Amino acid sequence: MTEDHQALALLLFGVFVAITLAITTWVSRNRRGSAEEFYAGGRLFTPMENGFAIAGDYMSAASFLGVSGLIALFGYDGMLYSVGFLVAWLVVLFLVAELVRNCGRFTLADVVAARLRERPVRIATGTSSVTVSVLYLVAQMVGAGALVALLLGGRSEAAQAWTVIGVGALMVIYVSLGGMRATTWIQIVKSVLLLGGTVALTALVLLRFHGDFDRLLLTAAERSGHGDAFLAPGLKYGGDWTARFDFISLGLALVLGTAGLPHILSRFFTVPTARAARRSVVWAIGLIGGFYLMTIVLGFGAAAIVGPEAVRGSNAAGNTAVPLLALDLGGGAASTGGTVLFALVAAIAFATILAVVAGITLASSASVAHDLYASLRRRRAEPRSEVAVARVAAVGIGVLAIALGLLARDLNVAFLVGLAFAVAASANLPVLLYSLFWRDFTTRGAVWAVYGGLVPAVVLVLLSPVVSGSPDSLFPGVDFQYFPLQNPGLVSIPLGFVAGWLGTLTSAEVPDEAKHAETEVRSLTGAGAV
Amino acid sequence: MCSSDGRPCAAGGARYDDPWYDALASGWGESGGTDAPEADPPVAGDVYLEVQRSAAFREVRSRYRRFVVPAVAVFLSWYVAYVVAATTAPGLMARPVVGAVNVAMVAGLGQFLTTFLLTWAYARHARLRRDRSALELRWDTQELTRVTRGGVS
Repeated sequence: MTEDHQALALLLFGVFVAITLAITTWVSRNRRGSAEEFYAGGRLFTPMENGFAIAGDYMSAASFLGVSGLIALFGYDGMLYSVGFLVAWLVVLFLVAELVRNCGRFTLADVVAARLRERPVRIATGTSSVTVSVLYLVAQMVGAGALVALLLGGRSEAAQAWTVIGVGALMVIYVSLGGMRATTWIQIVKSVLLLGGTVALTALVLLRFHGDFDRLLLTAAERSGHGDAFLAPGLKYGGDWTARFDFISLGLALVLGTAGLPHILSRFFTVPTARAARRSVVWAIGLIGGFYLMTIVLGFGAAAIVGPEAVRGSNAAGNTAVPLLALDLGGGAASTGGTVLFALVAAIAFATILAVVAGITLASSASVAHDLYASLRRRRAEPRSEVAVARVAAVGIGVLAIALGLLARDLNVAFLVGLAFAVAASANLPVLLYSLFWRDFTTRGAVWAVYGGLVPAVVLVLLSPVVSGSPDSLFPGVDFQYFPLQNPGLVSIPLGFVAGWLGTLTSAEVPDEAKHAETEVRSLTGAGAV
Repeated sequence: MCSSDGRPCAAGGARYDDPWYDALASGWGESGGTDAPEADPPVAGDVYLEVQRSAAFREVRSRYRRFVVPAVAVFLSWYVAYVVAATTAPGLMARPVVGAVNVAMVAGLGQFLTTFLLTWAYARHARLRRDRSALELRWDTQELTRVTRGGVS
């Protein structure tokens, strides 16, 4: 790309960074440093604010860049992500949001540990939460890398690495200084920017086709070189049965994973009541649904206007389809309109990455400090020192995410997010649902449910074609691929549920009826909720 | 505190003329009407057991379940059917409906529509059928646990 694009995009992004840093300073001015303040922002956000923040946490660069890119390359098969990402919110709304808000304080482990033996349960759920968060972070970092590669024309590996490091450093500053309050406001700002940008691009795409969605689809199909097959399932996940099972596996992981994502769960604690949590989810579903509908238009629009070949040429995984589309919609690479629109989209994508990364870092630092550190240390840490630990943990997680992000540079970000969802659905969802709804659930069941989902999910990913054994994998040189599917969900999600069930059946522990009664009453009425 | 809708009552040895009170199978304050014995103050865990067994709570719980269980079954099977159809019946999914729009596109957009509809229905159901009783139960339960804690200390 030209110097103009770079300069303008960097300027816009710089403005966003300045605004968000100002927010961070401003909201942390009266900071009392309590855990309540750091993890939950004082629990005083309104449902609308929280709804926008949830949408901001969820509509990651993976969706904005990755899903549209997949649609641009593979047509209908990319749409599965859009559908799965949205339908998943019904699980959250019906089974999780209100109940978790009523029972927990800051993290998933709070809900589970309330009725079971605290220490083993906290260590297990804390470990799985951190694992999920790190996987999700890597996806965002890869997105940042792809964007920079596009901005700098893919010529400077060093610049790409430095940007990933810069994003990591910024997020650590937001999280450790501003806590949940700053993170939430950054999410809200980003959410508005992202939705605004998406609406503008969608309008431009539809204008280009005079509002004729049919012609958009036909042009996309024609330009793709696949004809009608582009509009039907099967292009990416058709063919042999391995690919088809991969598709089903991914579909399951998407719909069941959201309810187990630590950074989504932690958002419900930023509102005062379960009712407010429900209303925030309703807001979020409206915003997210609208957004994913628009990514479909953008994806087919990129196929029709830019063409899959150009998209693939820029980034093999399709992550740069939307910026390229913006360039074309604005009038092409040489025009002012193209420059401005491209820079705008690039800056929004950066902002998106930064905000999501901040949200996940906060959630995982809460898991480290509130769950792991508090349990592994014999003496209960005081709240103030727990927050200090969380700040240090944010730095550590930032460093880890930067390192992995640099390593996984060439994978499609939507696909990486699919992995994070699979792990969340396998390790976090079974234990959460069991402890909310199953009277006879025991500590051993909880521990088995977590590790019985987490270990298979992670091991299957390591043994999958993602890591080794194929030209596109992380380590193409070696081959220790024994599991055919890219996404482990189809196997590991049932394993998590079965392990929790078996653990409960085999444990000698008598289920505590009173503790279950407390969980059930509190979850449905909000009695004693903080 | 005691109301006619079957909410649990706070005062340990008081006289109950609440017709729903018999539904409470708790071990304390079961007086059968007249001379209530001076029961030991219950521990906090018993309060939750008592509330859990109260008619009002069971009503809230069954309203929640009566909506959520079928709704989850419906949207999960509709979603799984969609995913499985996309992989096993591409021929069916590729069948054109109107212009370039085929069955797959209609089904995908249908998923969006049902998600929005179910969200609306759930929020409405919770607002009209659950919120008020749940809130009353919340205050009653908190009152009971407060009394309990006061009694023990």
